[in-house]
Amino acid sequence: MTVAIRVIPCLDVDDGRVVKGVNFAGLRDVGDPVAMARRYDAEGADELTFLDITASRDRRDTVLDVVRRTAEQVFIPLTVGGGVRTATDVDVLLRAGADKVSINTAAVDRPDVVSVIANRFGRQVLVLSLDARRAPGLSSGFEVTTHGGHQGTNRDAVEWARTAVGLGAGEILLNAMDADGTRAGFDTELIRAVRQAVSVPVVASGGAGAVEHFAPAVESGADAVLAASVFHFDTVTIRAVKQALGAAGHPVR
Amino acid sequence: MVLLDYGSGNLRSAERALTRAGADVTVTAAPEQALAADGLVVPGVGAFAACMDGLHRVRGPEIIGRRLAGGRPVLGICVGHQVLFERGLEHGTETAGCAEWPGTVEQLSAGVLPHNGWNTVEPAPRSQMFAGVEHERFYFVHSYGVRRWELVTNGRTRPPLVSWATHETDRFVAAVENGPLWATQFHPEKSGDAGAVLLSNWVKQL
Repeated sequence: MTVAIRVIPCLDVDDGRVVKGVNFAGLRDVGDPVAMARRYDAEGADELTFLDITASRDRRDTVLDVVRRTAEQVFIPLTVGGGVRTATDVDVLLRAGADKVSINTAAVDRPDVVSVIANRFGRQVLVLSLDARRAPGLSSGFEVTTHGGHQGTNRDAVEWARTAVGLGAGEILLNAMDADGTRAGFDTELIRAVRQAVSVPVVASGGAGAVEHFAPAVESGADAVLAASVFHFDTVTIRAVKQALGAAGHPVR
Repeated sequence: MVLLDYGSGNLRSAERALTRAGADVTVTAAPEQALAADGLVVPGVGAFAACMDGLHRVRGPEIIGRRLAGGRPVLGICVGHQVLFERGLEHGTETAGCAEWPGTVEQLSAGVLPHNGWNTVEPAPRSQMFAGVEHERFYFVHSYGVRRWELVTNGRTRPPLVSWATHETDRFVAAVENGPLWATQFHPEKSGDAGAVLLSNWVKQL
């Protein structure tokens, strides 16, 4: 009778292969994205996220091939992000088989691109990927970062979430950069702050290291929980996360 | 069957999911093919008005109406479900739909929108669509819906089977089975194995 908390594995794709790093550095090859997508689907993943981190622009089409092949075999929603700058980029990904597209740095640089994309494709396709880190000098205590967390912007992260939703973002993928790769748990303060500011679904990301980390993220207001390395390296399984969420009283599929 | 290509919807996913459900799928907007097919699937994502514009460009409302007059099956998905109603209301602007059923598609009032994720449904009694998947969850992503079923039947015609879903305080039409016309607010093509069963329930009766 109520929508289930989504459990989402994230696959960082570099030149057609899934890699995973700690704090976006020290990349490590972990497998074939299509094979992993099928495995996660079989394990009960509610959605999949591909983040294209291919550095070389002339190799960017490799992710389209991954999206195409995944969409042909896996019948759950697919979100794709990484390097999306224009409505044309969104169109190409949707035609390849993506259901939602996430936008990050380009939206920070040119917020109007958020409304351009939302007006053309509907807000339900547009995910704002927000990389936030602690910045005590700002009013919410959190700052927007760009370029995979390497650059600060001195812009308030919670205010930016509110602005982006006003422009048409249909979901916030909230990446806690301080927690990313630490496996010490989600940043519940950040989740709570953004949840209170926006009325669209919030996907919590960054810091998952154990099964018991997921319920606190949901209790802080997350509608979905996303993780990468803990799933890739079998530290926790999708099924175990769902059992833990269910045991804590949260609806799961 | 024909999957109607009018510039809206994740056609690739729908095509593959229908193929997996046992259909021989052609993706086209050609009216003669859309009219002649054993089944017609009308997808749709985004705004109601934009989808109606796209449908009009390929004579979609006329094709749907002529198929139904001849008892030929049509399946609407997501906004392809919504446009079958009489009207859509977006930001205070009213857009005429295909009007196969009375009723208004309007913004839901839930605290968190879009309603995005896997939700349960309350299948109509004796539903064929949900046979075997009555208790499964299906994938929804939408902010608008039909909160009142307004069709009055007089007892001589068989009333459509209406299934419902609930998001927070909003209860809305999740699916309709009305003779040859079926429609789902959710995305069966994105609903994993449960969606595959539902699509094969449709394909089986073609």
